[in-house]
Amino acid sequence: MRGKVVIAGVGNTVYGKHPGRDKIELIVDAAREAIEDAGIGKDEIDGVFVKMANAAPTVLYGQKVAEALGLQPAIGCALDQGGAANIGLIAYAALAIEAGMIRNALICYGDTARTGSHAVYHRPRGDDAIHGWYSTAAGYAMIHQAYRQRYRARDEHFGAVAVAARAHGAQNPRAHLRKPLGMDAYLSGPFVVEPLRRDDICLVSDGAAAILLTSAAEARNRRHVRAVPILGLGQAQESWEVHLRPDLLRTRAEASADMAFARAGITRRQIDFAQIYDCFTVTVLQTLEDYGLAPRGQAGEKALAEGLGVDGWLPFNTSGGLLSESGTPGLQLVIEAVRQLRGEANVQVKSPRHGLVSNQGGSMHTHATLILGAAG
Amino acid sequence: MSQPEIVETAINAPYWSALRQGRLDYQHCRSCGHDWLPARAHCPACLDTDNEWRAASGSGRLVSWVVYHRAYAPHLAARLPYNVAIVELAEGPRLLTSIVDRPDGSGLFADAAVALRIEEDFGRPLPRFCLSQQALTAARAAEYFRTPRRPQDAIEERSEQ
Repeated sequence: MRGKVVIAGVGNTVYGKHPGRDKIELIVDAAREAIEDAGIGKDEIDGVFVKMANAAPTVLYGQKVAEALGLQPAIGCALDQGGAANIGLIAYAALAIEAGMIRNALICYGDTARTGSHAVYHRPRGDDAIHGWYSTAAGYAMIHQAYRQRYRARDEHFGAVAVAARAHGAQNPRAHLRKPLGMDAYLSGPFVVEPLRRDDICLVSDGAAAILLTSAAEARNRRHVRAVPILGLGQAQESWEVHLRPDLLRTRAEASADMAFARAGITRRQIDFAQIYDCFTVTVLQTLEDYGLAPRGQAGEKALAEGLGVDGWLPFNTSGGLLSESGTPGLQLVIEAVRQLRGEANVQVKSPRHGLVSNQGGSMHTHATLILGAAG
Repeated sequence: MSQPEIVETAINAPYWSALRQGRLDYQHCRSCGHDWLPARAHCPACLDTDNEWRAASGSGRLVSWVVYHRAYAPHLAARLPYNVAIVELAEGPRLLTSIVDRPDGSGLFADAAVALRIEEDFGRPLPRFCLSQQALTAARAAEYFRTPRRPQDAIEERSEQ
């Protein structure tokens, strides 16, 4: 699969608040931009792959999106893997393109969880709600607490992640939150679900993103010079609820990364930047360690000592990630990786050859990994 | 959102019935020997349906915990701060619960020994835990595990910025 499928176009709305707008409207806005960017005719799209929305999900959602786009695709579907769904969809679309079932696939996701319903983030968690077990944040707080306890991690190790993401988001004109964060401000933030402080927790945003996939052969025929090749894809699922996992600090992100790196045929050292799913700061430390990019228990210390900016240890979430660009889960990270590899990012890494993107969902229930190569 | 209600079914009724009799029971597979919670029809290890309920000794260890400073439902507001904890029973199964003698989480630490204390709440007996004597001694000696407390009147949603 290495390099056989490319990302030919990307598009996204401004992130933040879109009061009164429908999520499918936002998706069409993002799709228009991606279609124009790809230079592929709208009616040439024969695959429509949509991530399930968090605000008011409905049945036959993929078909509603295709209808709004005026398309009758060969394959149209909506996928629920939580925040891993966008890279999940990229994988299934790429396989369908390689198999010759479709030629051009639109992967898209839009949500209005900021001004619409964000009940999903506060929900009671099954029968355990009787113990007061509510919210998405609490599952990550369990992992954060386990991390602090096992590694004697300092609060600043988590803060380094939030500070880096916010510094990058501040330079992104379409980011939801453009206010930089200092370490002192991070440390004085109030607890929400302790040990999670306010700034450990990602945004809840309205917005949409879309990308267009086609085959490398098709991109060559069109003399497309900005197509970004997909080198490796991986997935792996934890499935178990947080409290039933034998070890809270070893996740299947490890297997997902192994699959992607094996397919890409590159080593960890060849990665020039990483767009890591940062729904919570601990997710980033845990993912970097599961991915084999930092020794166990040391990702935070490295982030604090060596930095996560373009000149740091590992350029990270260069458009702000979920903590600053947009809380909409996942596709913005892929788009930023594409912009980096085309040399078009707001905070540009110098001549990157390989970019890494992680997606995950639930409380680290699902994992997906994408490795991209330089455009051209 | 109102307070949670648990629907008793043929599968989970023995669990709640045991708690009403002062016991915490878990499921044991007669086919492969796996032990688990919460209640399921099938053993998640071998998928057999031939299982029995066994009584837990009531001793366990603390795996992790969180302290809520925000009420996600109106009925929880008066309880703040409260903790939710993961406890691993000596027999192996894990469950979500609360450490009742430490609502704000002070003095808790990973692997602390805990003991079952069944308490009535929301009209049903719930399996909760307290620090065992041995863990209490350790907690007193290790005050440095405490997270510094901060004023809680300024809690707002992260996205309100």
